[in-house]
Amino acid sequence: MTTSNTSAVNYNFDVVRQFTVMTVIWGIVGTSLGVLIAAQLIWPALNFETPWLTYSRLRPLHTNAVIFAFGTSALFATSYYVVQRTCKTRLFGGMLVPFTFWGWQAVIVSAIISLPLGYTSSKEYAELEWPIDILIAVVWVSYAIVFFGTLVKRKVSHIYVANWFFGGFIATVAVLHIGNSMVIPVSGMKSYSIYSGAIDAMMQWWYGHNAVGFLLTAGFLGMMYYFVPKQAERPVYSYRLSIVHFWALVSLYIWAGPHHLHYTALPDWAQSVGMVMSIVLFLPSWGGMINGIMTLSGAWHKLRTDPILRFLIVSLSFYGMSTFEGPMMAIKSVNALSHYTDWTVGHVHSGALGWVAMISIGAMYHLIPVLFNQGRMYSIRLINVHFWLHTVGVVLYIVAMWISGVMQGLMWRAVNSDGTLTYSFVESLTASYPFYFIRFLGGVLIVTGFILMAYNMFKTIGAKDNSLKPVDAA
Amino acid sequence: MDYGTLRGLFALLILGLFIIIVVWSYSKKRKDSFDEVANSIFEEDNLAADNTKRHHDKDSKQETNNNV
Repeated sequence: MTTSNTSAVNYNFDVVRQFTVMTVIWGIVGTSLGVLIAAQLIWPALNFETPWLTYSRLRPLHTNAVIFAFGTSALFATSYYVVQRTCKTRLFGGMLVPFTFWGWQAVIVSAIISLPLGYTSSKEYAELEWPIDILIAVVWVSYAIVFFGTLVKRKVSHIYVANWFFGGFIATVAVLHIGNSMVIPVSGMKSYSIYSGAIDAMMQWWYGHNAVGFLLTAGFLGMMYYFVPKQAERPVYSYRLSIVHFWALVSLYIWAGPHHLHYTALPDWAQSVGMVMSIVLFLPSWGGMINGIMTLSGAWHKLRTDPILRFLIVSLSFYGMSTFEGPMMAIKSVNALSHYTDWTVGHVHSGALGWVAMISIGAMYHLIPVLFNQGRMYSIRLINVHFWLHTVGVVLYIVAMWISGVMQGLMWRAVNSDGTLTYSFVESLTASYPFYFIRFLGGVLIVTGFILMAYNMFKTIGAKDNSLKPVDAA
Repeated sequence: MDYGTLRGLFALLILGLFIIIVVWSYSKKRKDSFDEVANSIFEEDNLAADNTKRHHDKDSKQETNNNV
């Protein structure tokens, strides 16, 4: 394991350290909120008769916290780290760099205050109201200036593939956010979209699906292309495949949004385009997954002893599962069964907890010792415990949601011979309760894992420099 | 030219670009430089850990390291 003081370049690791620590803290906050709202679905009294704690207000806070606080902090940390290390130069931008950190934390704190108060634009994953949207846009453009500025002043001729994915994600998210957030403000915290009707819906899911495609996929693939080879200590399986992977992925993802709007007022042809593009997307997704997993070819034994590598590789397995499931669910006839049920929730969490969270956790465990001048994390055993807590938690969660979702879909469409509905909605809800409880248990395991991670992190940070020796050298 | 034809031509253009990217990245000429780039992330480790057993030489090549 390298430490920053062996390097000739004066890297800016302060901002990476800040984002790394906040990633773990927001991970605890975001998943705890998830557990709370999962519990509210079983025990509704847990809203304590307070408007600020109702499901409808906490659910967007949960999604914002995990995507934009936890996930995006992890992306900031890793992209700032990787772009410096692979370009062999210090971050560009001077004061813009700390501004991206404090600005982004300000966005998160505004979300934590404004969403429970009930301020919302009602657009999924874009709920924050217009003043916060402006702050997001300013921080994001600064992020782009810092990142691309660093690429411009790089000391090596080639731009390593991880930076292509990070760059694609940063540029596209700027376009998506600004495009979808075009509103006419009517007061300090209230605005109306400039788009109307089906166009508004299409804009929303062009944004929404590409938040998944670029923020939650391309960005984390950038993480994968650096940290999987680093942790496995061997180069990526195929660099050539990674180039084809990048161009195929970014050119296809942008078209997949309409699959969120099957059987709605969106024109039929647009629904079909969305469905076809979503199915084709399976190919670059699996190309990337195979490229990541095959990096271990010849070194599979490392999985037995290295729980960090296990996090990274299992995350790719979940990525492969979700990117198979996604195209299937985008087929209109499958979507007719799955849409509006818990199957969708299960699918999202197999991607978010399986792929996004596990690759981030693995990358953080790799990064923390490097950033804080240690040879390894304080406790490898605890990483292993975290791995099993998280894996069992995710599996409990997604299996419960699959069963519950398919059951709901079947119950809602069942009709008697005279054409009336066989089941009332409440009957399907009652039937879902056992699965809601299993989901809650899975969530508790995941939060427990994150708390162990925070303990392990603070012990590593607090230890005397270089007092924790790498395992293979000990 | 009507909109449908334009879209058809655009699809062909994208397909052409994709084929060019595949041919370019899989050409034999590029292989060595890509191997070098793939190994570039280990360069600083080598400087730091020259006296340890962990060493990444030019011989650890992607797609050719199936020495199971």
